[in-house]
Amino acid sequence: MNYLEHTGKYFTMLKQVFKKPQKRTIFNEMLFREIEDIGINSIGITAFISFFVGGVVVIQMALNLENPFIPRYLIGYATRMSLVLEFSPTLMSIILAGKVGSYITSSIGTMRVTEQIDALEVMGVNSLNYLVLPKIIASIIFYPLLVTLGIFLGIYGGMVAGVLTDLISMQDYIIGLRTDLDPFHFTYSMIKTVVFAFVIATIPAYHGYYVTGGSLEVGRASTKAVVWTSVVIIVLNYFLTQMLLS
Amino acid sequence: MIEVKNLHKEFNGINVLNDISATFEKGQTSLIIGQSGSGKTVLLKCLLGLFEPERGIISFDGRNHSELAINTKRKLREEIGMVFQGSALFDSLNVEENIMFPIKMFRNKTPKEMLLRVNEVLERVNLVNSNKKYPSELSGGMKKRVAIARAIVMNPKYLFCDEPNSGLDPQTSTLIDNLIHEITVENNITTIINSHDMNSVMEIGDKIILLKDGCKAWEGNKNEVFYTDNEAVTSFVYSSNLFKKVRDVYTGNIK
Repeated sequence: MNYLEHTGKYFTMLKQVFKKPQKRTIFNEMLFREIEDIGINSIGITAFISFFVGGVVVIQMALNLENPFIPRYLIGYATRMSLVLEFSPTLMSIILAGKVGSYITSSIGTMRVTEQIDALEVMGVNSLNYLVLPKIIASIIFYPLLVTLGIFLGIYGGMVAGVLTDLISMQDYIIGLRTDLDPFHFTYSMIKTVVFAFVIATIPAYHGYYVTGGSLEVGRASTKAVVWTSVVIIVLNYFLTQMLLS
Repeated sequence: MIEVKNLHKEFNGINVLNDISATFEKGQTSLIIGQSGSGKTVLLKCLLGLFEPERGIISFDGRNHSELAINTKRKLREEIGMVFQGSALFDSLNVEENIMFPIKMFRNKTPKEMLLRVNEVLERVNLVNSNKKYPSELSGGMKKRVAIARAIVMNPKYLFCDEPNSGLDPQTSTLIDNLIHEITVENNITTIINSHDMNSVMEIGDKIILLKDGCKAWEGNKNEVFYTDNEAVTSFVYSSNLFKKVRDVYTGNIK
């Protein structure tokens, strides 16, 4: 099947996904379950990675900006910029594409190969709407919170690393963080996050929903989903940056 | 009653079902039998609306499926119960939630009323005190019972079963067959079972349709199976030595 056909099928899938849920109470139950599965369960990995990456960014900055003509507070400034603009929204999304994307593909794919999706269809349930819409809404609600947490923990991790290694004083770091603060950078970061959250929920869902075969194919579909989600995130990141910041 | 007229289905230009016509009566258990790859599952999926046939008519009590509006089709599906080959229970839900799912989705009942109905059907399939178990904690036979309970919880008019006793021991298979047959008679529903199990044919085959290479090769009932000279039937049914011997005893041709 060519890429154009896949793209068409993907958008046809979305048309089915965005229909009014058949039963509000069941939709709400599914939504809370998904918030837990793909949101709350990702807090740990987000916090861990953000904290240490923040620390590494500060160490790298400090070691590469040793020129006496460059003020030390620029380390804090550069750390904030890299975390807000790129690391938290983009890199975290790629990491979540691996963690959450493979979960979405394998859970929906397993339902497909074990006829659970057929069972839903036979009952008269719009299976795409029932299975995918709660995942999209949960991602869109929860990922901005995860990314915000990632930004704060990254900045905090950077401060801890910088101060503990004596590469920058806390005062300089805080001055750097407050230098040239543009609120639009946070808006840009959140816009990217919402777009990436949509991609992370829908591309793996597509790969899982249309899988054919058995468990081996579900595994292959998971890998393919993670790869394609990452590719689409990187490409969209380029276009969004071009549109929003240039 | 379900009527099928001149049903034709193909995949990538290859004929899978060829001009199938049949009538499935209310209160009867009809079996579609045939070798693997003969088109049984495709026929069942066409009847269920999971596959759209190229040609032909499928009507449910006079309602032509292909002419129904999408919403009416969805409504019609609420009248259908289905037992899948692998049971297709939702892994994330326990037995009670699995059975309750269709009522919760399509009926406005209080939790108490729903639980009452769930317990009623669980009792009917002889599976009490398993409400809180998850599918992974159930044996194959228990899974099939839960699947049957889920299929009948909405009081369907039509019940479809895809190889309901595959992977089960002969004793459990007979129990499941009898259970489906009893439910069919009790509730006066139209039941269609896909099977290649000859025990089922002998036990509950009010009507039997044999498919061969996507065509209807024979139609009859459990008694006629033993008398017919139809080559497709004899080669399918009597490929087992056990059944050859049973036939010989039955017809008095014991050598």
